[in-house]
Amino acid sequence: MGIKWNEMLVGGDPLLVGSQIAIVLTVVAIVVGLTYFKKWGWLWREWLTTVDHKKIGIMYILSGVLMFFRGGMDGLLMKAQTARPEMSFLDAQHYNEIFTTHGVIMILFMAMPFLIGLMNVVVPLQIGARDVAFPQLNALSFWLFFSGAMLFNISFVVGGSPDAGWTSYFPLAGKEFSPGIGNNYYAIALQIAGLGTLMTGINFIVTILKMRAPGMTLMKMPMFTWTTLITSIIIVAAFPIFTVALALMTFDRLYGTHFFTLSSGGSDMLWANLFWLWGHPEVYIVILPAFGIFSEVIATFSRKTLYGYTSMVISIVGIAFLSMIVWVHHFYTMDAGPAVNSFFSITTMLIAVPTGVKIFNWLFTMRKGRIQFTTAMLWALAFVPNFVIGGVTGVMLAMAAADFQYHNTLFLVAHFHYVLIPGVVFAVFAGLYYWWPKMFGFMLNEKLGKYHFWLFTIGFNVTFMPMFFLGLKGAVRRAYTYSAESGFAPLFLVSAIGSIILAIGFAVFCYNIYWSFRYAKRNVSHDPWDARTLEWMTASPVQFYNFAVVPEVKQLDAFWHMKKRGETLTLKESDIKKIHMPSNSGLPFYMAVVFGITGFFLVFEAHIAAAVAAIGIVVGLIIRSFDYNDGYYVSVDEIKQTERTWRNVEGGTENHVG
Amino acid sequence: MSANVNHSLPLEYQTEQNRLNILGFWIFLGAEIVLFATLFAVYGVLGHRYAGGPTPSDIFKLNDVLIETLLLLTSSFTCGLAVFFMRQRNMKQLLVWFVITLLLGAGFLFMEIREFIHYVHEGATMQTSAFLSSFFVLLGTHGAHVTFGIIWAVMLIIQLLQRGLTPVTARKMFIISLYWHFLDVVWIFIFTFVYLKGMVG
Repeated sequence: MGIKWNEMLVGGDPLLVGSQIAIVLTVVAIVVGLTYFKKWGWLWREWLTTVDHKKIGIMYILSGVLMFFRGGMDGLLMKAQTARPEMSFLDAQHYNEIFTTHGVIMILFMAMPFLIGLMNVVVPLQIGARDVAFPQLNALSFWLFFSGAMLFNISFVVGGSPDAGWTSYFPLAGKEFSPGIGNNYYAIALQIAGLGTLMTGINFIVTILKMRAPGMTLMKMPMFTWTTLITSIIIVAAFPIFTVALALMTFDRLYGTHFFTLSSGGSDMLWANLFWLWGHPEVYIVILPAFGIFSEVIATFSRKTLYGYTSMVISIVGIAFLSMIVWVHHFYTMDAGPAVNSFFSITTMLIAVPTGVKIFNWLFTMRKGRIQFTTAMLWALAFVPNFVIGGVTGVMLAMAAADFQYHNTLFLVAHFHYVLIPGVVFAVFAGLYYWWPKMFGFMLNEKLGKYHFWLFTIGFNVTFMPMFFLGLKGAVRRAYTYSAESGFAPLFLVSAIGSIILAIGFAVFCYNIYWSFRYAKRNVSHDPWDARTLEWMTASPVQFYNFAVVPEVKQLDAFWHMKKRGETLTLKESDIKKIHMPSNSGLPFYMAVVFGITGFFLVFEAHIAAAVAAIGIVVGLIIRSFDYNDGYYVSVDEIKQTERTWRNVEGGTENHVG
Repeated sequence: MSANVNHSLPLEYQTEQNRLNILGFWIFLGAEIVLFATLFAVYGVLGHRYAGGPTPSDIFKLNDVLIETLLLLTSSFTCGLAVFFMRQRNMKQLLVWFVITLLLGAGFLFMEIREFIHYVHEGATMQTSAFLSSFFVLLGTHGAHVTFGIIWAVMLIIQLLQRGLTPVTARKMFIISLYWHFLDVVWIFIFTFVYLKGMVG
């Protein structure tokens, strides 16, 4: 339908040509490298076919780092373009594409995989389980997410990026006003990734409800597990709405239906409502696990039990409930009327109550604690004041009448960056520094970590604080340039300088991963932070079956109390029984490939090719239906041997705290 | 995981992995409820926007819809019988009633596709108006679910014939029966809020 195949590769712009060359070179380098070091078999056996929740988590986190880089480049390009008035570094179209992909990638392909990755690594360990409830489904979740992410990412060199904003409002995002294929990428790539996320939600609800260690009642669960449970429930309740919205968008764009069009009775506001019915809960899907990470980090490094555990649980349940009934606050100005706006204004402000309870609980946890200023704890400490700025400006925006002033200005952009960066990104960094030794058996360098921390937090504030004032002065979001007479230039320049500091901070983090991988000491103990929850009870890095004997839980902070009773490292070898584990499978990877190919053809509206490729999906499902592989058993001898290697390390291990 | 067999429970609940799968499927059905609820909400918003095209009373043929409804509701009953005989470990009766269920489902699909073709010949296509877009997508999603269910069930029948009744095949049978009853419930809502309301309103 009007797709010119000879114009498929986007060309012309030197930035894009450079990216195309870089992508080709990287792919060639990876293929040559894997062949030269004879690592194809290793890659297939250990990673592509794995169903181990820890490895899947690590792959999620690695994807998150890559996508952070991609989304961050988009951010830097925007900051470069607006550094001075009337710059011609990017044209309007290119700027539209970049702020669209920046938003989509940072929320769905950076924040989500980082958090789902940490959930994957940590939650089964925290509840004393051997894996998630459905290990192969878990692998499928990851590979569908990865397939969607890759499909979305090739858009800027193959066919053109989506350019209607991450919210893709109609009628702009419809065929009438965006005839290119860019927005097809949005509809189809997010659909594929979203399927994976929905399966993750189901998987974790069942895992947490049914697979906890004996004695661990719901109210003895670690806080990160609690937040993961509630997040999973929101995922199951909210993602199907997005599934429908994207499907209707696809029908409108590919098959000429009239859901969101201006003609033939369609309703563009229906898209806005459906999008935010998913989109607002989505904000809490990324923020709640982050709250869980801060709760673990703050309790560990204050060396106290989390203050107000019960009120924390009630708060996250309350936030989850309220998250479903605030969506209209994203479009107060679109004529819903004062009564409707007032209702949503009140529900929005109500969210400040449970969030405030949580903030005070964290502060009271620290009160009279013996605080240790590790890098992980620094992120948690910086989170509190920065997030409060984001929260208070959120209450300002919640007032519907006042919102008419702030709407679509950089004030809003500054607000949600102040919520999402301290709330999610700081949490992810805290979680990575905290759980890194559990994942890899070595620590991230604390000194480099502190450089990373200071550069990133300072850069963050210098970048986004000026945007509050720019917004109050009337600078609108998503505008690719501004005039010299507007007087915006100085603050935009400050913001651009801040973004460079921010980027250097992230570069230090990447260097820290490299440095620690090469040089960090490998003799860390299994419990380097003297922590409180069950994941620290087993080896670092964790053996594939997690626990030789599933621990019995008597109270909250189970591992801490076991240490107090001196019963942590004693393992009676007679207690060891053979362990049942799931087998690896190549099917999830295969499904990602066929989903990716089908999606690619659909993007280019090649319906027959897409239908043929979709047969591959059905074949995959049928193969799965006939798959009766029931896993295998790990023998007692193998478990004994593995346990001996880490329980009696010669030369001792180093605790970093304690 | 596959250990820990409890023989006092029904066959499909006997192993731990089976109990996990069944709970997981219930949660999946929760997600499906949200999915169909969204489609109904879309139909609620767009269902009266005819844009000069046909209205429900112009095109709906209640006789055919009634036959579809009877076929699908009966198939839910026969599906229940199939699971009843599964619990009795009566393989033959299980297969008989399960095949009848699928034939009724296929009959439903045949009638529905015929109904759609009729509409298209009347000039009422998905592209005509917002009402028809939301009508076809809501019913099409339900029909696609029924089609998927039939293909899935055929795969399961092959496995039942290959392996007999084991905890695994019993669990699969039980889960597909949940799925089938769920589609029936959705149809009751479609019958009420799309067809009956369309004819009255």
